[in-house]
Amino acid sequence: MKKVLSVVLAGAMAASLVACGSSSTGTTNAASGDKAAETTAAAASGDSGAAASSDLKWKFGSQGPLTGGAAVYGTAVVNGAKIAIDEINENGGINGYQVELQTADDEHDQEKAVNAYNSLKDWGMQALIGPTTSAPTIAVGAEAVNDNLFMLTPSGSAVDCTNTANAYRVCFSDPAQGAKSAQYIGENKLATKVAILYDSSDVYSSGIYESFASEAQNYGIEIVDTEQFTADSKTDFSTQLQKMQASGAELAFLPFYYTEAALVLTQADTMGYKPIFFGVDGMDGILDVENFDTSLAEGLMLLTPFAADATDDATVNFVTKYKEAFGGTPIQFAADSYDAAYIIKAAIEAGNLTPDMSVDAIGAGIEEQMKTLKYDGITGSGMTWDEKGDVDKEPKAVVIKDGVYVSAE
Amino acid sequence: MDKVNVEKQKIFRSNLITFGMVIAAYIVVEVMMKTGNITSLLKGLLVPLCIYSILAVSLNLVVGISGELSLGHAGFMCIGAFTSATWSMLMKSSSMPEGIRFFFAILIGAVSAAFFGFLIGIPVLRLKGDYLAIVTLAFGEIIKNLVNALYFGVDAKGPHFSLEDSMHLNMDGGTIIIKGAQGITGAPKNSNFTIGVILLLIALFIVLNLINSRTGRAIMAIRDNRIAAESVGLNITKYKLLAFTISAAIAGVGGVLYAHNLSSLQALPKNFGYNQSIMILVFVVMGGIGNIRGSVIAAVVLTLLPELLRGLSDYRMLIYAVVLIFMMLFTSAPAFMQYRERIMTALHGKNKGGKEMD
Repeated sequence: MKKVLSVVLAGAMAASLVACGSSSTGTTNAASGDKAAETTAAAASGDSGAAASSDLKWKFGSQGPLTGGAAVYGTAVVNGAKIAIDEINENGGINGYQVELQTADDEHDQEKAVNAYNSLKDWGMQALIGPTTSAPTIAVGAEAVNDNLFMLTPSGSAVDCTNTANAYRVCFSDPAQGAKSAQYIGENKLATKVAILYDSSDVYSSGIYESFASEAQNYGIEIVDTEQFTADSKTDFSTQLQKMQASGAELAFLPFYYTEAALVLTQADTMGYKPIFFGVDGMDGILDVENFDTSLAEGLMLLTPFAADATDDATVNFVTKYKEAFGGTPIQFAADSYDAAYIIKAAIEAGNLTPDMSVDAIGAGIEEQMKTLKYDGITGSGMTWDEKGDVDKEPKAVVIKDGVYVSAE
Repeated sequence: MDKVNVEKQKIFRSNLITFGMVIAAYIVVEVMMKTGNITSLLKGLLVPLCIYSILAVSLNLVVGISGELSLGHAGFMCIGAFTSATWSMLMKSSSMPEGIRFFFAILIGAVSAAFFGFLIGIPVLRLKGDYLAIVTLAFGEIIKNLVNALYFGVDAKGPHFSLEDSMHLNMDGGTIIIKGAQGITGAPKNSNFTIGVILLLIALFIVLNLINSRTGRAIMAIRDNRIAAESVGLNITKYKLLAFTISAAIAGVGGVLYAHNLSSLQALPKNFGYNQSIMILVFVVMGGIGNIRGSVIAAVVLTLLPELLRGLSDYRMLIYAVVLIFMMLFTSAPAFMQYRERIMTALHGKNKGGKEMD
């Protein structure tokens, strides 16, 4: 009995291996119904190379966690990219070629991220808008550099994300954010005694904390208390808040995401703890948390390159389109990814690249242009990139007044 | 006498099929790679397939042969991954040849995981059933959280540890190797399919030989009837501990492969959390508790499945779950077993069946 079963399972395994192998020749069965046709056509045109040029399209990939705990970020990145690509296609594409976008789920896991990257590569991807989170970005970067495939991560903020020559980013790196926060607090004399609460199990949060802590003394800031929490214990912050209150800090620095921040603010309010709360770009989105009393966020300051409530045309256009297409206000991740698509477009146009070039040539071409590219987007104006691939742009400090963001200056 | 020989031959043949299956799969894939007939997706999956097969074999030794329920195997994997990656990072700049360095990395991963297995085994193996499961579950989580809080760096003065943050390391230049939640970045990519298959074969060799040895029979006797085994003078603790330690060592090797396959190593809930431990348990249960060959096949099928379903985008995980439930019923539910028998005979008539999936 068992033997028969194992033979059948082995057969199934062999069959799946064969199915896997054959998809490179253009008969993929891994594609879903409506996408199957275009994927097959695309694979075919990729093979023959000299297919009719009217069929030529740019093939961009985008990946991030679309399932699991971090899905909100991945979904935002993918949605932001979709809006940008739709706009680009409406306005005649890039260098006259339309753009196709394929997305993949990486579940916020390094191994799955490499799988997602490989599946996009099999599809014929020429540039990647992603990955969304730091660890997958590092893992995918090490793979993608072998193909010299250009990748622009909207939101991978750890320092090592841009280690490889082909990897660039739209957001600030974690140390940049921590240092800029310390600078802002110091130069504007917001406080001299600061307490910090951070998520020690999170790369983003601990990265910002470390650079903030090492920069703080340069700006005359004294860190009177440091409290931590982890991903497994992020519902009750009362112990940490009590210690922070007892330390006599005038300002509480909260370098983590808005979901936890909403709880922290609520619990601090119940305790009657009211210092200046100061957040970073992950705090953007706090006004949309369900069942969160936005009056608690009154006076909250945050350093962010993107504010969904900004009134310039580009932001209003993006936010309106996002709300129409997906509902809800876009978070910073979506805005970063929207910019990422346009940055790639700008680099391709500057380099006069065409989709019939090899992935390597496109990658080299874009990387060449990134050195001199200057881009004005919704997450900052006058963005430029350094040798490593990190962006230089000015963050805006905003403060929440009467339930909306207003500039702190 | 004859009966014993027949029995031995049967075991030998069964083991041969297991090894043959792995080697055949290896040859098929190598040929596909040589002829360029392989997708990047599958190519990237080859090492993970070996890793999960090794883990499934390792857990099957505890669950199937020793009869204990361990839910902390991701913890052993985590230990193997981090110790070996630390070693590789330390030796990266030295003149040691890559092959020898990786060999030692595998040894270090296996030994340190075995050490922790032994350590946790001493108190834990006195517990039975549910209690053991809960303690091992907690152990896995502790390891994950500990690694997430650990900072480790080396400078001219020697190694520095901290559970606070990198500032508390008081480093004087040097390099920080483990950066808390950021883990280890830049471990060399030494794992490849050939090494993975060799390690899988070694793991299979160790476990299959153990099962058919005097020690293995003692372990199974303890599983089947503890009191009877004790009454004939078997040292219960020794045998249980032996199985548990070997299993931990093999899981550690899986971790070594994992750490040297990706350039960023972080202890996320996804890769070293209890979800992973349960996933490994699913491979074992699916492939048949105590059936080593089955667990390898289950690990391969269940690792490939969600990746092959990628084209279904949003419905991928839903379908994966449905398939999982169906497969579980198909292999274990009594009613299905009868159906299955009928289906099997029908399929055999039409030459193996599985090919239509192509």
